[in-house]
Amino acid sequence: MTVFLQFLIDVLSLGSAYALMALGLVIVYGILRLVNFAYGELIMVAGYTMYLVSPSGLPWLAMAAVAVLMAVVAGIATDYVAFRPVRAKSVTAVLITSFAFSTLLQNAALLFISPRPRNVPLPEIFSETIQFAGVITPARNVITIVAAVLLLAVFSWLMRRTVIGIAMRAAATNFTMARMLGVPANLIISTAFAISGLLAGVVSILWIGRIGAVVPGIGLEPLLIAFIATVIGGMRSLQGAVLGGFLLAFMDTTLNFTLPQDLLKFRDAFTFSLVILILLWRPEGLIKGPATGRRT
Amino acid sequence: MRGNLLTLAILGGLVLILVVVANLLGVRLFDRIAINLCIALILVLGLQVFMGNSGILNFAHIGFMGIGAYTSAVLTIPTQMRGMSLPDLYPVLAAIDVHPLVGILIGGLVAAAVAAVVAYPLMRLSDAAAVITSFALLVVLHTIMTHWSAVTNGPRTLFGLPKVTDLPLAAGAAVLAIVAALAFKESRAGLLLRASRDDEIAADAMGAHIPRLRWQAFVLGALLAGIGGALWGHFITSFSPKAFFLKETFVILGMLVIGGANTVTGAVIGAVIVTTAFESLRALESTINRAEIFSEQVVGLTEIVLALSMIAVLILRPGGLFATHEIGALLGRRARKTEDRP
Repeated sequence: MTVFLQFLIDVLSLGSAYALMALGLVIVYGILRLVNFAYGELIMVAGYTMYLVSPSGLPWLAMAAVAVLMAVVAGIATDYVAFRPVRAKSVTAVLITSFAFSTLLQNAALLFISPRPRNVPLPEIFSETIQFAGVITPARNVITIVAAVLLLAVFSWLMRRTVIGIAMRAAATNFTMARMLGVPANLIISTAFAISGLLAGVVSILWIGRIGAVVPGIGLEPLLIAFIATVIGGMRSLQGAVLGGFLLAFMDTTLNFTLPQDLLKFRDAFTFSLVILILLWRPEGLIKGPATGRRT
Repeated sequence: MRGNLLTLAILGGLVLILVVVANLLGVRLFDRIAINLCIALILVLGLQVFMGNSGILNFAHIGFMGIGAYTSAVLTIPTQMRGMSLPDLYPVLAAIDVHPLVGILIGGLVAAAVAAVVAYPLMRLSDAAAVITSFALLVVLHTIMTHWSAVTNGPRTLFGLPKVTDLPLAAGAAVLAIVAALAFKESRAGLLLRASRDDEIAADAMGAHIPRLRWQAFVLGALLAGIGGALWGHFITSFSPKAFFLKETFVILGMLVIGGANTVTGAVIGAVIVTTAFESLRALESTINRAEIFSEQVVGLTEIVLALSMIAVLILRPGGLFATHEIGALLGRRARKTEDRP
């Protein structure tokens, strides 16, 4: 029972982080049908902001808020630099510009800050442990779960009840039609990027809470995770992305518990082969999104 | 046809000039840059064969470069050194010792064979699904290279490759790669594939077997990548799996995009421009580092400039410098225009 509970908490906390990562990627993909390769760097931006504001002596929550805000700004900047100028011209061009923007941010961190890891301030509670029902677990796992539940609740309220959320879902279903009915395209896309940045910012704090430091390449792993999770769950469905995140966490944790040490090294190869197989079997992912409409 | 021969002559001449200049100068540094340029040319042309003709972004290219490099390494590291650089190598492989040139060729063939097997089912996919699978393929290949210690020495540096790549060899291979890329582009398969790039549905309706055409281009691209990788391995003589991942993918992609993915000329010109810019920026970087102007080492400047110029080129000229016409066709047209004039 204790082992089961331990396993459950591991899956839920890892899955919460994965689900948020996937959601941030898929919110942009759903509308534009374009992958944002610079998504991982939004997480990096939030991490470095934490590092840079740490000498200021602000309360930790204020620092976290500044970091999330910077991730939102970086998200909107991605739209303006990498997406808007080339969006209408060619799909390949956008993929390459977002890849280039990701490299730009990463190397800017290398050049202006340092290639070496930088410590990020974390409140005491991240390193404490909680004990209940015979299970000892780090408090950050519980924080991750709570944060994800809150964010997902707010997010689904936003998408279902507010004008901007409904407009975004309309744009994801049929972009041209939504435009004709008066939904401002650029505003919707920028909002999607802003939300993507917000999610990335929160994920960044939770993710760095596990590692404790930030390096220029920190964004790669979350990006890959978000990729796999969205592909498993459904490239164009928001629920699918969340489901994919939890499924992936379940798979990873199971493999960690069961796979022998020799094969564990190859875990990434296994999961990515699975991604390829799923895409071949169901190019739309496990959960189908809304009916397709044309991109801009 | 005449335009293509002209293109070939101009691009081949460019490589030849490089060799002659390098020989006349006789500076070691310039030799090194020229060899790097020729190898980059082979890699970019390999990428162009698939990406330019099919219009699908391919991230896995560098992975096949790695396969070529490791294959040739395993087959050609001198047997007495092999015990040191690859202590856990399988006994079957440990006995094989071939001439490096044969090793390079086998490296290319193995990369093509792996591509032929893994890519066959992937070629049905288009758009984002195709891009993500190729990205996933790169990660899979990288993970295998990093952890298959018996063959690759794991994440550690593999050393002891015989140094055989000199400028004439690299330049010769680069010229052959130009011929291959042009020949494929003008072949029946290349023409049909380009039709599918411009309008997938129309090409399909006219009877083009798109997955098979893409597969042919992918395998040819992987062959070039494998040969390029093996040549690079025999030039640098020691490397680790880190050399075949995102950073290098970015550089090769940058060359192709800046030059223009749809034309062979674009691939060649892009490789020349980016290599030149890269080497000068790197020289600048190391000068700054040596002068110790800043307290910490300057790193990443080169990539930042490359990233900015990629974004700028794509915004201003989405097709790259040579978007649709080869240089031969452009010059031919100009010549005809002047003839027509009364």
